[in-house]
Amino acid sequence: MNKMKIISTVSALGLIAGAAQAGGHMSNDMTLVSWGGAYQQSQISAYTDPYTAMNDGVTVTWDESSAEAVAKLRAMNEAGNITWDVVDVVAADALRLCDEGLAMEIDPDEQLAAAPDGTSAEDDFGDLLVGDCFIPQIVYSTTFGYRTDMVPAGVEAPNDICDVFDLETYPGMRALEKRPINNVEWALLCDGVAKEDVYDVLETEEGQEQALAKLDTIKDSVIWWSAGADTPQLLADGEIFMGSTYNGRLFAAIEEQGQPIGMMWDAQVFDLDGWIIPEGLSDERKARALDFIYFATDTQRLADQAKYISYGPARLSSAPLVGQHATLGIDMAPHMPTDPENAKNTFLYNYEFWADYRDDIDAKFQAWLAQ
Amino acid sequence: MSDTTTSGPMLAADGTPLKTSLARALRRQKLRALALIAPLLLFVVITFIIPIASMLLRSVENEIVSNTMPQATEALQSWDASSDTPPDEAVFQALYFDLFRAAEAKEHTKLGTRLNYEQTGTSSLFRTSGRNLDKVGEEWQDPIEDIAPALKDGETWYAMMSGTGGEALLESRRALWNQMVPGDFGGDVGLTLSTEIIELLPLTSAAYADWAIFEALEKGRDVSSRDPWEAVYAALGLDLRAEATVAAVNAYQGPHADDLRLLTANLDQLPDLTFRDAFADLDEDWLDPEVWQTIQIYSPSYTSGYFLNAVDMEKGPEGAQARPDNQRIYNKLFVRTLWMSLVITASCIVLGYPVAWILANLPMRTANVLMILVLLPFWTSLLVRTSAWKVLLQQQGVINDILVWLGFVDDANRLILMNNATGTVIAMTHILLPFMILPLYSVMKTIPPTYLRAAKSLGATNWTAFWRVYFPQSVPGIGAGSILVFILAIGYYITPEIVGGTDGVFISNRIAYHISSSLNWGLAAALGTILLAVVLLLYWLYDRIVGIDNVKLGG
Repeated sequence: MNKMKIISTVSALGLIAGAAQAGGHMSNDMTLVSWGGAYQQSQISAYTDPYTAMNDGVTVTWDESSAEAVAKLRAMNEAGNITWDVVDVVAADALRLCDEGLAMEIDPDEQLAAAPDGTSAEDDFGDLLVGDCFIPQIVYSTTFGYRTDMVPAGVEAPNDICDVFDLETYPGMRALEKRPINNVEWALLCDGVAKEDVYDVLETEEGQEQALAKLDTIKDSVIWWSAGADTPQLLADGEIFMGSTYNGRLFAAIEEQGQPIGMMWDAQVFDLDGWIIPEGLSDERKARALDFIYFATDTQRLADQAKYISYGPARLSSAPLVGQHATLGIDMAPHMPTDPENAKNTFLYNYEFWADYRDDIDAKFQAWLAQ
Repeated sequence: MSDTTTSGPMLAADGTPLKTSLARALRRQKLRALALIAPLLLFVVITFIIPIASMLLRSVENEIVSNTMPQATEALQSWDASSDTPPDEAVFQALYFDLFRAAEAKEHTKLGTRLNYEQTGTSSLFRTSGRNLDKVGEEWQDPIEDIAPALKDGETWYAMMSGTGGEALLESRRALWNQMVPGDFGGDVGLTLSTEIIELLPLTSAAYADWAIFEALEKGRDVSSRDPWEAVYAALGLDLRAEATVAAVNAYQGPHADDLRLLTANLDQLPDLTFRDAFADLDEDWLDPEVWQTIQIYSPSYTSGYFLNAVDMEKGPEGAQARPDNQRIYNKLFVRTLWMSLVITASCIVLGYPVAWILANLPMRTANVLMILVLLPFWTSLLVRTSAWKVLLQQQGVINDILVWLGFVDDANRLILMNNATGTVIAMTHILLPFMILPLYSVMKTIPPTYLRAAKSLGATNWTAFWRVYFPQSVPGIGAGSILVFILAIGYYITPEIVGGTDGVFISNRIAYHISSSLNWGLAAALGTILLAVVLLLYWLYDRIVGIDNVKLGG
């Protein structure tokens, strides 16, 4: 018996013992928090169904509170009673929860699975590990969809972000999110600011005014949305010609409901969604949450989720495993925001910038809206 | 008869004075009555009074700044905010030790978030500075460990610092920790500093005590064998640089005095850097006087800042001042909320009055059927009704379709009934209508129909009979309905959010935004408090003008 073998046997035994020991101390109830709808359904199919099948006796409760997760976690923390175990939030919220000390810090290499080829989790997720507490899951994008039957005759379908601001060629209502994030970037981009200078310009008073002035040119033709489902609904009703929303919502409207909607993709803004584990869980609950996270964010599971919804897996190693839609049977790769054909011109949500400027620019944006 | 007049107080059957006996019986009755309402009273106190009190407190509370940076805020007191220069080295030094502790306890980012509400950029300033703060201490740690290698060892440190008589310092440092993270730092630290070392190296002792308390009570580790954190080395560097220290160290006889003498002999190898430069290296914004102004303005434990924000003002170095035009929003929203609530109340009166009149004057059987029609929407979920209005009001919606079909409206110019103030008024009038009809109905029910007939038989026209005889008697119902509708409308949130677009939203939508999105709960509390005060003021005015006795909810 050579030395290597002994070491591997010993460490394997150690692993089994470790797992058994941890298993004995893991809580059997787990409350997961997510966004509801098709997205949560994809998580149930890809993560929790196989997980509960593997772990007898584990029950999962879902709470559809991700939209208010930060406020609710803060309230739970003040009351000293955390009832959630794993929470699905966007990266910006994960960063804030981390800042507020409400989310647990994660060591990716220790607590997350390595890729099948041995690449460490840290390298596999790469730049998507935003902040110290965030465990990335998917890449989604905020992009525009338009009614294909409302494109004026003799005009090319909109394929440039600036078509949104071009009321002459593309008359009709638009839907934009009722917050400055993304809108001011697009406005500057279409007001002659180079992509790499956008945030430098936005830091200045003048830059913020410039963005609002550009938005002013279409203000009368805009319906402002606050829920991701609004734009697909407005498009389906024919209320608007084009509108921004999450790409998965548009995918559902186009492919699952057969609505006459086209994707624009130009200047789509990438954002991340993932898990955090709240700070202050008991040891048993924390062990269960970590065990679940380890399973649910491995390469295969992330690729599996893409069978149900058109969001890109956050791991590099998952990308080649993305297959076909579970029920529609269509290839999912071309519908991913990260597909090279779709990702010719993209933005990445600037977490650092918005953590600082969110309150300031939002105050100005809301004042501008109210005028 | 004559007996009672002569023998003093009247006596009860058991011989006690009647007065006492009566008082006792009454007291028992009062207690019993109190016990009966106690559940309700408790319920009201717990679910109503306490939350309102905590909201009031939250709108002025601001302890986080002085609790997280106690030494820096104190040192900053003497800084002149109107000067265009950043504060002096003493403040930066205090900032370093405060921020170091806060960064270890992960409290610095909370403070950054808090101050970012007032000064854009503070959030990342605190986050990045906290992350890189270790580097500052390493500037001292590396040379110190090179000169005196024994100080690489945690046991050396423990032996050097331990002794007797230093409990007071440890307790004062513990108090600082407890201030920052309430209640987390009780128990035995496993360290008693020596009075000699405190006198010799005051900064080092304080920094070491900080570290020991955190290490023992937060991390649960044994301090006697572990290396202290970087701030302790920085403190040692500062202590050694003080003029009197060199002579004192040479005379010092305590444990590891020789290591200290090694250091004093090689002082020139220690870095000669100021914390001011170190912080400027971490982030240039630390030299920006505006950042320090914000910290100074918000260092008191209580602040009027949230209330000023809530009325579109801000705290500047010279006191309260108006915000720039492009950031003013709340006054406008308050006025709009009040105005639109009035419009909604008025339209409820206009629509509800005839309905209530018909209900009150129809035969019982028919009235009951109609009453169900009034109540049915009342029992339907608010969200469902608002969403239904969306389907009706949108440009491709039912109302516009019918108008276009009838030819009243051109297909290209469909009416915009939603995502503006019109949508909010229409939907909210419908939703709040039962609150107007019900009190009106119950008041009208009590007006005898004979009064109208009598008026007419005396020669009054229909209008005069209604206006002079019937209407004045129904005013208490209008009063009750108006108060209900108006106060409910002022706090409405869901309906304006869904159909209000941009110019149909209320102040409550901003409050919700600050509660759930921006997390600026202090500002949300201040806005809520102002809203509450406005409602109470209007109620008081109403009482003065109409008289609350004239309000009737029923016969």
